[in-house]
Amino acid sequence: MTTTSVPRLKARRTPVKHKRAIAIFLAPFAVLFAAFYLLPIGWAIGQSLLVVERDGTFGKPVEVFGGLTQYILVFQNEAFWASVGRVALFGVVQVPVMLGFALVLALLLDSPLVKGKKFFRLAFFVPYAVPGVIAAIMWGYLYSPNLSPFAAFTSGFDLLAPETVLWSIANVVTWVYVGYNMLIIYSALLALPTEIFEAARLDGANQLQIALSIKIPLVMPAIVLTAIFSIIGTLQLLAEPQVFRSFTSSVSSTFTPNIAVYTTSAVPNVSLAAAMSVVLAIATFVMSFVFLKFTQRKGDK
Amino acid sequence: MSQISAGAPKEKLASRTAAMIVMGVSTLYFLVPIWWLFIGSTKSREQFSSTAGLWFADFNLFTNIGDLFAYNDGVYLRWMLNSIIYASFGALLGTLFAAMCGYALAKYRFPGRELIFNTVLGGVLVPATALALPLFLIFSQFNATNTFWSVFLPSIVSPFGVYLARIFAAASVPDELLEAARLDGAGEVRTFFSVSRRLMTPALVTIFLFQFVAIWNNFFLPLIMLRDQTLFPVTLGLYTWNSQVNQIPEIRTFVIIGAFLSIIPLIIAFLSLQRFWRGGLGAGSVK
Repeated sequence: MTTTSVPRLKARRTPVKHKRAIAIFLAPFAVLFAAFYLLPIGWAIGQSLLVVERDGTFGKPVEVFGGLTQYILVFQNEAFWASVGRVALFGVVQVPVMLGFALVLALLLDSPLVKGKKFFRLAFFVPYAVPGVIAAIMWGYLYSPNLSPFAAFTSGFDLLAPETVLWSIANVVTWVYVGYNMLIIYSALLALPTEIFEAARLDGANQLQIALSIKIPLVMPAIVLTAIFSIIGTLQLLAEPQVFRSFTSSVSSTFTPNIAVYTTSAVPNVSLAAAMSVVLAIATFVMSFVFLKFTQRKGDK
Repeated sequence: MSQISAGAPKEKLASRTAAMIVMGVSTLYFLVPIWWLFIGSTKSREQFSSTAGLWFADFNLFTNIGDLFAYNDGVYLRWMLNSIIYASFGALLGTLFAAMCGYALAKYRFPGRELIFNTVLGGVLVPATALALPLFLIFSQFNATNTFWSVFLPSIVSPFGVYLARIFAAASVPDELLEAARLDGAGEVRTFFSVSRRLMTPALVTIFLFQFVAIWNNFFLPLIMLRDQTLFPVTLGLYTWNSQVNQIPEIRTFVIIGAFLSIIPLIIAFLSLQRFWRGGLGAGSVK
């Protein structure tokens, strides 16, 4: 960090070189980012501040400024908060399970205990090539009480019941993303210098001790990265539960926050849906940010 | 000393066996569903529900594929084509723009550089689905919903790609090389396309693949934007079919075979490009 501050100081004194090239490099992304990221965020905030008013019962509906009315409605909307609670519960259980699984597989792949690494690495990664919608359709059939190849089990134990369907969906998400997260952690493990392990092994440490006390702390940044993406993914949960709606009535039209947004916008109650989107985006942003800062501070100590 | 050398191989064998069991069971967990999907694709409608799910009955794969391609004037092929167009062109342009932006942020010093980078980084944390509804509202202002562009344009933007490109450009393009190119009289933009781009290739393949997968998997944006089924990507198409299975039972065979065929392009893309992305995947976390 200290080495970079020297040229930066120098650069401040000299005028910016290559202005034209910099503009050419930045412009395409900047324009698209402004149009399809910043503008929608602004638009959502603007729309969320509007309410619909009518002149009498048969008057033309007009959108007028309503301040924070929609946000008050969001905070009073029990179905929305139930959906937030549902994905929170989902995240608290599924994210650690998935990342723990991914970490174990990555450590095993990195250890000398396993043969055929190339095959396993690919086999575990294949589900990532399956889109969430397709994975959900596939697992929907695997869960089905009569069409499943495991019907002996699924006909006796209903995986699509209201109490179980959340965890059935968690399994779909886990199935898709374990291999992806494993590869990120595994790549970080491969980048570690091997001398450290040699020294530890000479000191008599076994593979488990090396994994727990050396490897895991060193790949913590990679694990944090996967955790953040998983948190974002959890709050966004949409495709899998939406697909499951055609397999079971246990998944309501407000099952996750995003399904609630979709349902509300189709009513159509666009301003309320926009307010929900904004609340959801802020919640996601804050949670990832706090998690990032929290783990960074811990790591600095 | 002798005790350790006697105990070590035994302990090693035990942990080796345990490790291989974990790997084996995990392999079954990850691959059996896909195996089932493949087997299901080879069966006729009657046999799909009447024969054992994990083994072959009469081999009807090609008849099924033929029926699928013919159904509803070949709408499935149309969806696959749409997905390929959305994902490949979107990822190509997205990678190019992200690479240029990340490269400029890594290799040039100019005021506002950190502000731009932090804004983009904030973009990584904003869920794409939170943007789908406002994007719909904006496109409807221009009567542009239910068009190719309404799905294509928003999916070009990849803040994560910029983040990766910046890290990679900083690590893999030496300043001395750029100085040398300048002394040779090459323009900055030309240097990027002729020299730097080549050095950043592993990163670019990674960004391309991430972006390709993200667009291929995209569901909420097309779900909100599109009404015309000839514009659907394959994910949305199969979703609509799957929700009609109860009304039109014969469509189930098409959902199964369609799902199976739809995952093949991505698997091929990953396998053929793996020597690139394997190196690039860890990069985001190294920093």
